[in-house]
Amino acid sequence: MLKVTETEQVEFPAAMISEFETIVQRYPEGKQKSALLPLLHLVQAEYGWLSTASMDRVAGYLDIHPIEVYEVASFYTMFFLKPQGKFVLEVCRTGPCCLVGAEKIMKHIEVTLGVKEGEVSEDGMFSWRGVECLAACGMAPVLQIGPDYTFYENLTEESVNQLIKDLKNKI
Amino acid sequence: MSEKVKVTIDGITVEVEPGTSILNAARQIGGDIVPPAMCYYSKLEGSGGKCRTCLVKVSKGSEKDPRPMPKLVASCRTGVMDGMEVENITSPEVIEARKGVVEMLLINHPLDCPICDQAGECHLQDLSYEHGVEKTRYEFERRTFDKIDIGDKIQLHMTRCILCYRCVYVADQITNNRVHGVLGRGDASEISTYIEKAIDNDFSGNVIDVCPVGALTDRTFRFKNRVWFTKPVDAHRDCPTCKGEVTLWYKGEEVLRVTGRKDQFGEVADFICNTCRFETKKTSDWVIEGPRHIAKTSVISSNHYEMAKPLDVIKHNPILIEANKEEFERATKI
Amino acid sequence: MARKLLLEHINVPGIHTFDVYRQKGGYRSVEKALKTMSTDDVVEEVKKSGLRGRGGAGFPTGMKWSFLAKPEGKARYLVCNADESEPGTFKDRHLMTYLPHLLIEGMIVSSYALGAATSFIYVRGEMMPQIRILEKAIAEAKNAGFLGKNILGSGYDLELHVQPGGGAYICGEETALIESLEGKRGNPRIKPPFPAISGLYGCPTVVNNVESIAAVVPIINDGGDEYAKIGIGRSTGTKLISASGNLNKPGIYEIDLGLPVEEFIYSDEYCGGIANGKRLKAVVAGGSSVPILPANLILKTLTGESRLMSYESLAEGGFQSGSMMGSGGFIAFDEDQCIVRNTWNFSRFYHHESCGQCSPCREGTGWMEKVLHRLEYGHGKMSDLDLLVDVSKKIEGNTICPLGDAAAWPVASAIRHFRDEFEWHVTNPSDALNRNYGIANYADPLPKLEEIS
Ligand SMILES: Cc1cc2nc3c(=O)[nH]c(=O)nc-3n(C[C@H](O)[C@H](O)[C@H](O)COP(=O)(O)O)c2cc1C
Ligand code: SF4
Ligand code: FES
Repeated sequence: MLKVTETEQVEFPAAMISEFETIVQRYPEGKQKSALLPLLHLVQAEYGWLSTASMDRVAGYLDIHPIEVYEVASFYTMFFLKPQGKFVLEVCRTGPCCLVGAEKIMKHIEVTLGVKEGEVSEDGMFSWRGVECLAACGMAPVLQIGPDYTFYENLTEESVNQLIKDLKNKI
Repeated sequence: MSEKVKVTIDGITVEVEPGTSILNAARQIGGDIVPPAMCYYSKLEGSGGKCRTCLVKVSKGSEKDPRPMPKLVASCRTGVMDGMEVENITSPEVIEARKGVVEMLLINHPLDCPICDQAGECHLQDLSYEHGVEKTRYEFERRTFDKIDIGDKIQLHMTRCILCYRCVYVADQITNNRVHGVLGRGDASEISTYIEKAIDNDFSGNVIDVCPVGALTDRTFRFKNRVWFTKPVDAHRDCPTCKGEVTLWYKGEEVLRVTGRKDQFGEVADFICNTCRFETKKTSDWVIEGPRHIAKTSVISSNHYEMAKPLDVIKHNPILIEANKEEFERATKI
Repeated sequence: MARKLLLEHINVPGIHTFDVYRQKGGYRSVEKALKTMSTDDVVEEVKKSGLRGRGGAGFPTGMKWSFLAKPEGKARYLVCNADESEPGTFKDRHLMTYLPHLLIEGMIVSSYALGAATSFIYVRGEMMPQIRILEKAIAEAKNAGFLGKNILGSGYDLELHVQPGGGAYICGEETALIESLEGKRGNPRIKPPFPAISGLYGCPTVVNNVESIAAVVPIINDGGDEYAKIGIGRSTGTKLISASGNLNKPGIYEIDLGLPVEEFIYSDEYCGGIANGKRLKAVVAGGSSVPILPANLILKTLTGESRLMSYESLAEGGFQSGSMMGSGGFIAFDEDQCIVRNTWNFSRFYHHESCGQCSPCREGTGWMEKVLHRLEYGHGKMSDLDLLVDVSKKIEGNTICPLGDAAAWPVASAIRHFRDEFEWHVTNPSDALNRNYGIANYADPLPKLEEIS
């Protein structure tokens, strides 16, 4: 499902370019660089990660140096600079979630999926990682799945099992 | 002309243009009371504020508003006000904080000075001799990166970098195409080109001169010699790209490398072009002016590491003697 | 039951839609402000209300607004800080999910007061669903003539945009947020200049928290004086508290400032006591950055007075025996929680989130994390405790932005109040791996529910 590899050229779909255009218009003349984060989110939603080729295209579109895009993409943790599983389970691993069992949930996910944190399952379906506080501490433990960042709250081992089953059936 | 403002630093008063930073005011006074600066570079706009070695205490804000500032401030990025009073080496708090900053800068620094080309003209080396603590309390593995060549002229040894951002400003401000930058975040940040790219630009070599440590070095000079065995000589030539005023570093009859002319604060007078730096290494290319004077406090000035004598201002005050004890001890030991 | 100013209609079905929100009296403050008040009147009203910033620092909002520079021919911006990433805080998510129009209404009135023609809501990227909700709500408001050109015929124009972040706690710091909004890395700027003089695109800018902006709505509707009647002393109005951790009823509560902490924890109207019949060990009262307090000190101050949920009371005792209101992220720890592990966890958070610009924070946060990790996993030394305190001191106050302080305080306060637990980790490493130190002498002295009416 990954459409680009490091060496390939990418052509963004026309629908995406037209979304780019709407976004860029929000900012004053000459400040189009402000659109960088929203654009990178769109690109990642389309391809699952940010390849160098796609970042270069974004740079070209915004008329900035490619390094400015790399700098930004590598600063923010939501952007993946490597291919990921189709579903990336991002579990909150910060204090308040840990008070009510987030560490157990992560262990359970690791065992159930059979992949270590940050790795991709053999079938390319899943990866998972711990992320910092998702601002949902009252519904802890929680996890989210991009690109829509759907939220799953008050996790238990059972609800995680169900979720993984549902995701597997989705394709 | 605007009215000059009066500022007092460690008891010494100086009149400076409004808008001058505390650091530059101190540089106008000169001597021991100049705060060290690892990231600020007067010729690079926006630089400074990051390394925190230049922290000072503002004990009186100004004549109008005499309240002291609540925290130590970065002298390189804080403007003077009329009547301001600043404590640098006369404040135990500043000395303690600076020691802390130096310790932080060193915990992940490889301390590979014996094999580093920058040794002898490294600001971190000077800084740690003057302000550091003797022994690190850091007991974990240090952060390391692989060395990479960015093009055939410049080598990047990220492990040594202190993230002063100076080279990024150079690329932004004096070249027209920046291909390197700071990637990653926190203590995983690194200077990089992301994908392998050569920094290729008429002025790119200046990143070497602004680097306060040995992270960016001249590949054409590497391993040829230790800095303190070379003899600096000022020279110029008619250059179509830059001013052509440089320092040549000789060993015997051979020019080992060419750099910009650095002042006592380690800043070059003018940025030089790559042709002057890398391509013109014959004496016949240059008009020789005379030997370059090297600042006394630098460890280059002698062939061994000699500690500067106890600083004058602090010789008689018991609190300051206590605060500077470690430095004294080290000085007497050597 | 306390009066709700922000969450009054939160349970009304469909309140996230413009029509229902409007039926319930929504957008009255826009009509009132734009039709009957000058911009200075609005600022004055907010000043009178005594509203203090709800994002963490607690700086009076009206005063902040009055500092905004107004040079000729330069745009001014209002940016709403919805980057909510402080561990323990989730009130802004709640507001944006259920009451998006309240935030938009507040944004219109506040933008009007500041003379901004374009305003942004910077939402952390992880809150993509909330971003969609807001975008939809903005479209509805625009459709109804509350945004766009010549709002309600007043001649005032406003465009409102939602900007996503990319996953970085530091972008909650206002100058980092501005950098991020300009499409750069979220490196905090070196101040001065302050955003009020030179912020977004070098123009005068105000950055306010979601809750601060939302609170402007009741302030304009009812008047600043009315708002100031609620609360206690300089802590006026109501505040959203995000309650999490080992509580019977974690969640978002709107309280009148000045509510006793004990009542907040134990009464059924609020958190309903500690979960699973356990006892309270410690509380972090204002988000992970503020000092942690053991149960006895959070319930009562050193002078024996009961501690209240207010800026002043929570801070009473300073760093020795007090804490801070912060962003109102109230995290409760029961007797089975390990303070060392939690301190390590928080410390890892700050290490992970440090932008890496300035050396004390970049290097110091990692150092503290490593030492705490070693303590938690039974390889610590007694000298590590003093080392940690010393490193935290070397960071605190010496950095560009307050993240350095925020990383230092939890560590320093945990060691101050729970030193014996840390020491036990050193002296009993194998025990420390298998069981918890327990409640020891921090026991909540007053676990009696029935005493509270
Ligand atoms: C590291 C750091 C993170 C912050 N995170 C947030 C945040 O997530 N949300 C927020 O509203 N304010 C945050 N702040 C506070 C903001 O800098 C700023 O004070 C606030 O947005 C001002 O709004 P207020 O006056 O309405 O509180 C943070 C500050 C720091 C230093
Ligand atoms: S204190 Fe930390 S987060 Fe703030 S500017 Fe410095 S390195 Fe960045
Ligand atoms: S020189 Fe001032 S902070 Fe680095």
